[in-house]
Amino acid sequence: MKIDRRSFLAFSVGGAAGTALSPLPWKLTDDSSIWSQRWPWVPIPADGGIGHVRSTCTLCPGGCGITVRKIDDRPVKIEGQEGHPISQGGVCLLGTAGLQFLYGPSRVRTPLKRTGDRGQGRWTQISWEAALNETAEKLNTLRADGHPQGLACMAGTDHGTLPALLKRFMTVYGSPNFIGPASAKEAQEAALRAMAGVDGTVGFEVEKADFILSFGSGLLDGWGSPVRMFETFSNRQDRKTLVVQIDSRLSNTAAKSDRWVPINPGTEGNLALGIAHHIISESFYNTGFVDNFSGGFDSFKQKVLSDFSPAKVADITGVPADIISELALKFATAHRPLAICGRGRGNAPGALSETMAVLALNALVGNLNADGGIRMLPTPNYISWPDPEMDQIASEGITQPRMDGAGSEQYIYARSLPNRFFQQIEAGQSQVPEILLVTDTNPLFTLRDTKAVKAALDQVPFIVSFSSFMDETAQQADLILPDHIFLERFQDVSAPAGFTRPFIGLTRPVVAPQYNTRHLGDVIIALGGQLEGMIGKAFGWENYLACLKDTLGGKWEGMIEKGFWMDDHFAFPSWDTMFTTATGRFEFNGEKVAADPWNATAAAEGDSSTFPLILVPYDSIRLASGSIGNPPFMMKIVADTVLVKNDIFVQINPETAREYQLSDRQLAILTTPKGEVTVRIHLFEGIMPGLVAMPTGLGHTAFDDFLAGKGVNVNELIGPLEDAASGFDAAWGIRAKLAKA
Amino acid sequence: MSNPSDTTQPEKSGSPAATPETESNGGAVVILFFIFGLAASMVLGWVIFPTLLYSKKKQPVDFNHVLHVAEVENGCQSCHFLREDGTFSGRPTLESCVTCHESVLGVTEEEAHFVSQYVEKNREVPWLVYSEQPDCVFFSHAAHIINAKMDCVTCHGHIGESEHLPFYEENRITGYSRNIWGKNIAGIARNTWDRMKMDACADCHIRENVRQSSIQTEKGGCFVCHK
Repeated sequence: MKIDRRSFLAFSVGGAAGTALSPLPWKLTDDSSIWSQRWPWVPIPADGGIGHVRSTCTLCPGGCGITVRKIDDRPVKIEGQEGHPISQGGVCLLGTAGLQFLYGPSRVRTPLKRTGDRGQGRWTQISWEAALNETAEKLNTLRADGHPQGLACMAGTDHGTLPALLKRFMTVYGSPNFIGPASAKEAQEAALRAMAGVDGTVGFEVEKADFILSFGSGLLDGWGSPVRMFETFSNRQDRKTLVVQIDSRLSNTAAKSDRWVPINPGTEGNLALGIAHHIISESFYNTGFVDNFSGGFDSFKQKVLSDFSPAKVADITGVPADIISELALKFATAHRPLAICGRGRGNAPGALSETMAVLALNALVGNLNADGGIRMLPTPNYISWPDPEMDQIASEGITQPRMDGAGSEQYIYARSLPNRFFQQIEAGQSQVPEILLVTDTNPLFTLRDTKAVKAALDQVPFIVSFSSFMDETAQQADLILPDHIFLERFQDVSAPAGFTRPFIGLTRPVVAPQYNTRHLGDVIIALGGQLEGMIGKAFGWENYLACLKDTLGGKWEGMIEKGFWMDDHFAFPSWDTMFTTATGRFEFNGEKVAADPWNATAAAEGDSSTFPLILVPYDSIRLASGSIGNPPFMMKIVADTVLVKNDIFVQINPETAREYQLSDRQLAILTTPKGEVTVRIHLFEGIMPGLVAMPTGLGHTAFDDFLAGKGVNVNELIGPLEDAASGFDAAWGIRAKLAKA
Repeated sequence: MSNPSDTTQPEKSGSPAATPETESNGGAVVILFFIFGLAASMVLGWVIFPTLLYSKKKQPVDFNHVLHVAEVENGCQSCHFLREDGTFSGRPTLESCVTCHESVLGVTEEEAHFVSQYVEKNREVPWLVYSEQPDCVFFSHAAHIINAKMDCVTCHGHIGESEHLPFYEENRITGYSRNIWGKNIAGIARNTWDRMKMDACADCHIRENVRQSSIQTEKGGCFVCHK
């Protein structure tokens, strides 16, 4: 049989007919259309049971309640917790994006030991046993040398059982050098101790106030408990509350306020005293309070009347005298006036005098512990552990002076001065710690003059970081003993920033630890047991959870159910009993402030001929500027007037741009006494001529590729200014110059 | 067949000079080749294609439905149940197995394998789900079981009466289970459970006069299932 062309064609036609009569083409068509809709890179969320866990966010000091939505064991979304007393069901951008910290690439997944030079990024993975042994050995050696005060510990918070455990560890070890944070919150607490004698926290009852006078506080830019502030802001029209924002630039808060009062940067304290001048001279103040419950009013009055006349204050602040008088009148005659302080987000403490001036203004109108006023909350007293037994070495070590000088006669009201701690080391004026423990804080990014902080860190022979992330400070460590993140651990969150009732939030694990990390509390307890002397005896708990349950006692059950504990019916003491100063009165000038508290303006560093402009940092709710950097979701919403690719924008007035022949989006060189960087120009009418504003929270060198290398860290360019009255960092900006790139 | 010896002028010309006999031969040949082609492609399409299209996967653990249904009190719903929030837990988790299988029960190899590999290691069994619908389909078991009072067999067939788990056949192109298209490669369904493609859903919805628009969006057609 010959196969010719015809038979081949016949075979083909038969094949085609047969194919058409078979399901092959029709099925393939269907399948290929499905295939084109199911690309392998399109994620398909796993199915499972929906669950919710109530917890408390610890990404900022706000203490918001969160509800984590889970599918089976996997957390998939962070939502606001309905009915939560602080956040009222809301959640901020950082909180929503919080899950990215859980799975993100910057997590430290196992204990690490440095093998290369510091900052080189060469690590070797070690076991927990080896990591703890090495730390314990170093600690034992230091103590055996009779030098326990050579140990220093830096922590991100001062409240709750975790810092309490760390402080206890430091005490029984024999070191006074527990260095907590120093932000606007700590400045408010210092002012409260100085003026009211109250050892506690300052609450601002914004929900009930009807006239809020904000001295540069970024109520919508992350100040205090951000979600609580959003809630208050968004429904203030219903309560007919007026918000006046005093701000050196048109911040988001200023733009959304009822009135924006532009002011020369760094002079907010002067304006507060200028307003006080008008209130006193016109006798608008609450005489019932001032006459019967305050002390030092006469000298305060004299000082204010002589040094802070409206004309003089107008000259310093740039706010016209008639506006100062008008603000004073409105503030004094409002039903429930409230003055708020803490510049921007309140990351920096500022001069003590600024906080004292605002507290004095509140006192003048008699709103201390009044509805819609300042609430003085005693330090939460649920942590009442028996005093630890101290051995000889510890008893001697603990009496040594602190490296940062906090609590000394000169800086009596400061608890911790992290900036001063590093500045003193760098300047060779303080002993260098032999061992430094760092937890929940990232001083190499958040403190002013990062170069000096780096130089100081370089001198410390042994640094142990407990960071969950490879942040800037962890990169410089010798050992990293990674902590769980907030979604994996138990923790109590007490005294949230600016809240007005005794409150403890409960952070609890919503997911099993993803990596080979350990709870800091467990590590401290374990480490205590490995040290010689009496140290182990101070930690009589099996683990941190046992310690937390034991400490919270009867509150535990309710907190597990509700997610928090709050004393709803807390009876605020009245004016005759609330002050615990020596006189039992509110001291306008502070009780034992060493330097003149009313020396209110700290001049920006640098000389005006070389540096004609002034650089000020500004905070934005879209940029996390604390120890934790922006997660990728938040990087996606940073505006293109803030960051484009790796270039950061600075805001300047078009007039300044004309003077320096700069145009919008152009590259420029920004120089300050601390350094020089390349920036892009953003022309902004909302900033006064002569100022340059730079966003905070950018310029990370650590974390992941989504964040590192983007923009500039403003703290590289600004140096700290030591406040004579408190030791706090009083810097609010620095002199600068701009030139074409 | 074309044999040169049968033709008078074999070398001079081609087909125009062919005799009627050779023409009829040639026609038969063409038809034969046509039938060959037809048959070959039919075999390819109906027999070979399905075996090439699907890969056969064994379930991680064999499971005897008959044995378990006899042991449990609540039939299918003992292991495949609606959660309190109305979502459906189709794939039993280890938690429900461990109630009885904390240690090895019986002597089968599969049981020993299950306990050592999953129970002791606390690993979920990665069951392959025959009726897994793609992510773009919104399907509510509650609407069908509670509202429409349908039973499991209507859609899932008699799997509850099996003593061994059948192979999971995965479409190599789409990644879907073969049960979605149906065992019949032509997509012909004899029973309601033979096919779970969109047309099977739509036919029943039309036949049963189910609401033809989405409750949430009030949009008709696609939006009933594709939210």
